[in-house]
Amino acid sequence: MEIKLLYYLVPSLVMFCCGLYGFLTRKNMIAMLISLELMLNAVDINFTVVNRYLFPGSQEGMIFTLFAIAIAAAETALAIAIIINLYRVTKKVDIDEAKQLKG
Amino acid sequence: MDYSQFLVMKQEIGLLVVFLLVFLYDTFMSKRANAAISGFTVLLVGLLTVYGFCCGCPGATESAFAGMYVTSPVIACIKNILNVGVLIVLIQSISWNNSETQAIRRGEFLELILVTLFGMYLMISARHFLLFIIGLECASLPLAALVAFEKNKYESHEAAIKYMLTAVFSSAIFMMGLSYVYMLTGSLYFGEIASVVATESVSVLLIVALAFVVAGVGFKLSLVPFHLWTADVYQGAPTSVTSYLSVISKGSAAFAFLVILTQVFGAVYCQVWEWMLYALIILTITVGNLFALRQTNMKRFLAFSSISQAGYIMLGIIGNNDMGMASLMYYILVYIFSNLAAFGVIQAIENATGKLDMTDYRGLYKSNPHLSFVMMLAMFSLAGIPPFAGFFSKFFIFTGALSGTTSVALYVLVLIALINTIVSLFYYLLVVKAMFLSKEEPVVPAFKSACSERVAMWVTVAGIVFLGIVSCFYNDILLLCQQYGLAGALV
Repeated sequence: MEIKLLYYLVPSLVMFCCGLYGFLTRKNMIAMLISLELMLNAVDINFTVVNRYLFPGSQEGMIFTLFAIAIAAAETALAIAIIINLYRVTKKVDIDEAKQLKG
Repeated sequence: MDYSQFLVMKQEIGLLVVFLLVFLYDTFMSKRANAAISGFTVLLVGLLTVYGFCCGCPGATESAFAGMYVTSPVIACIKNILNVGVLIVLIQSISWNNSETQAIRRGEFLELILVTLFGMYLMISARHFLLFIIGLECASLPLAALVAFEKNKYESHEAAIKYMLTAVFSSAIFMMGLSYVYMLTGSLYFGEIASVVATESVSVLLIVALAFVVAGVGFKLSLVPFHLWTADVYQGAPTSVTSYLSVISKGSAAFAFLVILTQVFGAVYCQVWEWMLYALIILTITVGNLFALRQTNMKRFLAFSSISQAGYIMLGIIGNNDMGMASLMYYILVYIFSNLAAFGVIQAIENATGKLDMTDYRGLYKSNPHLSFVMMLAMFSLAGIPPFAGFFSKFFIFTGALSGTTSVALYVLVLIALINTIVSLFYYLLVVKAMFLSKEEPVVPAFKSACSERVAMWVTVAGIVFLGIVSCFYNDILLLCQQYGLAGALV
């Protein structure tokens, strides 16, 4: 029995919304980064599944997913580097600590 | 594979050569020679700009890599405009980059700037969303490193983490939108998506997908519901990086946004994205202006001013015609000169005294008449006072938004933008008033700015005045756009 397309798309959408919710509510910067990672992975699932079910003739979605994974890794590495720099100054990883810039 | 198609990417290859030369110079030259690396890079970027104007320009629309990459005279023109901007930013940054604290990472600043420029080139030339995403990330990731550049300053890191998180957030939203577009059309080529979108009826999924795409690019352009990062990042970043962010990064994203909206989704203009953009423009211009009124820090002030300017730039897209495209390019060119003139003065004063507050500009005319004159011209041009370039760019962008339309809604939009111009005049003139009319003793003592800073100010002032007087230059851009613009750029 083959699993229907919808059974992939709905969980990926839920995953995306969880990421969105987490990004907007969490205070810990590492947790925010994890939420972003959830959102990016939801995108990857979407592309792969759509490619596999709807357009099996080409590989465009799969290739896009590969690149998206690489880009997400680069983003995470850079974000963690900046978080570590911030941690050296404030000794905390809460986004609430980063509030000196305002006006 | 046919490797000769790399030759179509003339300007990218030129930029890559510049990057490699700077990189090799940075790696292998002695410590003493390294002090000259900023000048060396300015020279190379200058050559690249000249090359772009002389022979980097293709005669017609050319494409490579099965249509993923496209270049045409219009695209070459916008890249040349960006080159000019980068050249001015680099000249302005020389004295900051040569300071003692920068000594060990002088080259990195220049290399990262060049890499981001390469990403913007790809973003503008891409005709496939994979290449577009790569260009977008290539432009925004090194920028996060640049924002975090002043390692011993806390503000720089705070700005960087805010920029980084919003950049990743926006690209996640953008890619989610893309995945739905892919679901609807089965392709990521701009041309194929456009033909499917044109033939099928508008579905809810398309509206959702387009809203995601608009939100994703809206973050990059700091359009209003998505602008919250802008002021903090502009304030915390080193001033050279702030000026780069506010003109070059914004200009390239605006052009790419135009390509996506008018060429990929041009068929659903009325049904889907006209009203989205309509709301965004009104919000962006108004909120940007209202928040700019109450700023005291110069960098934050210019951040909100650049938010409202982004709203004006979007007016070139909402017209969905060649005139809009031409006026958008002209606006970006003028905006580069006016905003960089303002940032040049801010940077000169910051380097000399470390002062950034608007109250520090009181009585500047008495101590530094030349600096305050340049600042005045920049403010007049940003506000759009007639003899200067800013007036004509606003004039053309209003014309572009209205040409070929009879809809009352667009006239109302332009009216709102006009009223906002008057509001913006108020806060731009606040700076001029502080400099010229304040009776108090000047806070900033008289000082002589560095030679490079003066050169940059001369260039920007020349640009503001020259583009104002010779505004018929716009006709040349318009001709190019009519010939190779909306109709011919999709392969």
